[in-house]
Amino acid sequence: MNLAFGGAGPDDRPKLPGSLHVNRRLDTWLTFHADGRVAVHPGKVELGQGILTALAQIAAEELDVALERILVTPTITGRSPNEAVTSGSLSIQEGGMALRHACADARALCLSVVSQASGVPLEELRVENGVFLGPDGPVGSYAALAERELLDAEASPEARPKPAAARRVTGISAPRLDLPAKIFGEARFIQDLRFAGMRHARMIRPPAPGARLLEAPPGALRDGDVLAVIADTEAEAEKLAERAGRAARWSEGAALPQDWPRWLETAPGEESVVAEHGTPAPATRSITRRFFRPFIAHGSVGTCCAIAHFDGTTMRVWSHTQGPYNLRTDLALALGMPAESIIVEHVEGSGCYGHNGADDVALDAAICARLCPGTPIRVLWSRAEELAQAPLSPAMLVEIEAGLDAGNTLASWRVHVRSNGHSGRPGRVKTPVLLSAPLMEGGAPIPPSINPPLAGGGGAQRNMVPLYRVPALSATMTRLTEMPIRSSALRGLGALIHVWAIESVIEELAALAGEDAIAFRLRHCEDDRAAHVLREAARMAGWGRALPENEGLGIAVARYKNTGAWCAVAAHVRAEERVRCVALHIAADMGEVINPDGAINQLEGGAIHGVSVALHEAATTDGMRITSDSWEAYPVLRFRDVPRVSVNLIARPEAPPLGAGEASMAPTIAAIAGGIHQALGVRPDRLPFTPENLTR
Amino acid sequence: MDPHGADHRRVIAFTLNGAEVAHPGGVSLLHALRGDFLLNGPRFGCGAEACGACHVLLDGRSVPACTLPVEGVAGREVKTLEGLGTRSSPHPLQTAFLVEQAGQCGFCLSGIIVTAAAFLRDNPAPDEAALRAALEGHLCRCGSHNRILRAILRAAEEMRA
Repeated sequence: MNLAFGGAGPDDRPKLPGSLHVNRRLDTWLTFHADGRVAVHPGKVELGQGILTALAQIAAEELDVALERILVTPTITGRSPNEAVTSGSLSIQEGGMALRHACADARALCLSVVSQASGVPLEELRVENGVFLGPDGPVGSYAALAERELLDAEASPEARPKPAAARRVTGISAPRLDLPAKIFGEARFIQDLRFAGMRHARMIRPPAPGARLLEAPPGALRDGDVLAVIADTEAEAEKLAERAGRAARWSEGAALPQDWPRWLETAPGEESVVAEHGTPAPATRSITRRFFRPFIAHGSVGTCCAIAHFDGTTMRVWSHTQGPYNLRTDLALALGMPAESIIVEHVEGSGCYGHNGADDVALDAAICARLCPGTPIRVLWSRAEELAQAPLSPAMLVEIEAGLDAGNTLASWRVHVRSNGHSGRPGRVKTPVLLSAPLMEGGAPIPPSINPPLAGGGGAQRNMVPLYRVPALSATMTRLTEMPIRSSALRGLGALIHVWAIESVIEELAALAGEDAIAFRLRHCEDDRAAHVLREAARMAGWGRALPENEGLGIAVARYKNTGAWCAVAAHVRAEERVRCVALHIAADMGEVINPDGAINQLEGGAIHGVSVALHEAATTDGMRITSDSWEAYPVLRFRDVPRVSVNLIARPEAPPLGAGEASMAPTIAAIAGGIHQALGVRPDRLPFTPENLTR
Repeated sequence: MDPHGADHRRVIAFTLNGAEVAHPGGVSLLHALRGDFLLNGPRFGCGAEACGACHVLLDGRSVPACTLPVEGVAGREVKTLEGLGTRSSPHPLQTAFLVEQAGQCGFCLSGIIVTAAAFLRDNPAPDEAALRAALEGHLCRCGSHNRILRAILRAAEEMRA
């Protein structure tokens, strides 16, 4: 959830769509250029998900301007709309719908001005590639209005975007705007930014969480217990960092738990009721099952990077953060500077898949820049920092007790989850949550991460409530208030365990009822769009066909966050020396689709990410520190084991758009678990589904 | 000695994207390419030859640049993504990656395209299994693998035609 944290409470102002409600001025969103181009200024950022292209399509559509004339500008605090965080598969709903409305309003505004000036009645005017045409030809253009400051106005709730049937530019697979630069090696990534006089810094970290500095190494810059080395070149900075790392003396850190499932059971926490209805009638038959998932890393291929420049007054930071304004808030807190003196500008980085170290490294760079006023300082993390110092997606324990009545119908469902909070993002609490903040002079410990409320998508409780009809439901959560490993959001958040747990229990209940797993699901499903994608994935996969004895076909369905896109996945698995997933069949309903190929790309990517999490990924610790700090120690899915993926989108151009980035990941994990059961007769209860965990 | 710790009496000469260049040495090839020759294609991902992001062509073979000292390329030919093609004159692989929209964040693509170029030279008509094996050293976290495989097979077809 984004806007809930952006400070947008209920208010008396007329409701405007998405982020437009809290960023109401039109010129915050778009500006006309005299050369015929139109600049759009989103507050949502490109993370590799293709949002810039989709937003450009939306603007081109509503304005009737050619797509190649749309210029999408990077988000920069103080200029761009504050759209809080690019997360939760909400960018089209929040940012896209805001831009659609703003562009429709801007178009109407320009049309009325041109109509008045030219005397051509409104109904006789049309727009073609930015030019206003009357019966006798051109009578004006957006370009000609560029100087007029018409957009220096609040958006009107009256604006009417085009109806679905009239759309020509959205709904097509426009190629990604950012991809050519990346394929030709042009400077597009933050790692490619080079400023005159820029120097390179590396941070020296405590060896374990909670360790304090006893003796600083010579030559290192220091702010409290934050240590950095700075050099003219990266090579030199790396050498200095290695030397300083060896010379620094630290106290022992706090011990880490050795047995994480046991820790999850016993650690102190805050209890809450997530959802509750009905009174459980005595069930005829019931089962109780427990599910565990480990800490998971984001594992971006490119390591986190930031550049900062402090001129003595203003701190300017270039960052691949998901939330420039939120990062600015925490930078202000950590640096003790007014937020207005900090400018955060977004530059694309490697895909992040959630809250990785992008915000942390921005503070690192700002600390160094403050120690070296006048010099741009670039900090790049090492692979070890990326995998072991960035926030991790927290370990979780879920217990479900579910019962059938005498007619083999679901009677009751009780579920409890224990986990750290899934949101440790900046900009949300009074204490900065950035990695180096507690180590700075006067820094305070990072508070335990929180879970957004379910209405805002939830964190640990995301997708905890089954989409099936349950007469008596009790869903409760313990948010652990001790946080030995900094925890935050990774694609899917709690859904990754809940969808798997729900679908696993549902299949067991179907078996108890002696019913086909899909038929049992459909009998308990009142959500037609869920039923539709489930049937479609089953059809695509050839559900029910005979398979070799070491193979299995599993299926799962979920509606992301129970408010987002519907997605069903069928996974074909083969048990060899370890389980492999050989094919995935995905059906998704995400309402209106702005860019079908972009959506398919996201669904494929989420599913393959799900395969990696299902079969490979687990952060490891040794009682003192996180030991999974290299690709050897934190293996992920590689080319040889990537399944074939087919995706069908259910066309619903009239329905509101929903995000694609996270919908497929959780059902993929669940479907793989189902396939493993068919292939091996084992119901996995512990991620990842490695030979060790399957036989445990 | 300069800040790289290199001995100025020695200059490492090699060919970079078709041009004769010289470097004082003392650093990894990746640092030289990014820091001194200001290239963007080879990217840092792990520094341990485990992710493929930094791959370049060395005499036509795809190698990681992160651990290779510049001294190791003396007298040899280095080619990066930038040397394969440009917007106005793209390599068939670059065209195919755009046609297939083979990428999400795009960070891994430079190394993958470079490895694919070397692979297709030796295997003009590859099967998918061999191609997957050739890309085993390259990580893509966005899950664009299938598109990447399709793009490379498409480029192979184009290059054979």
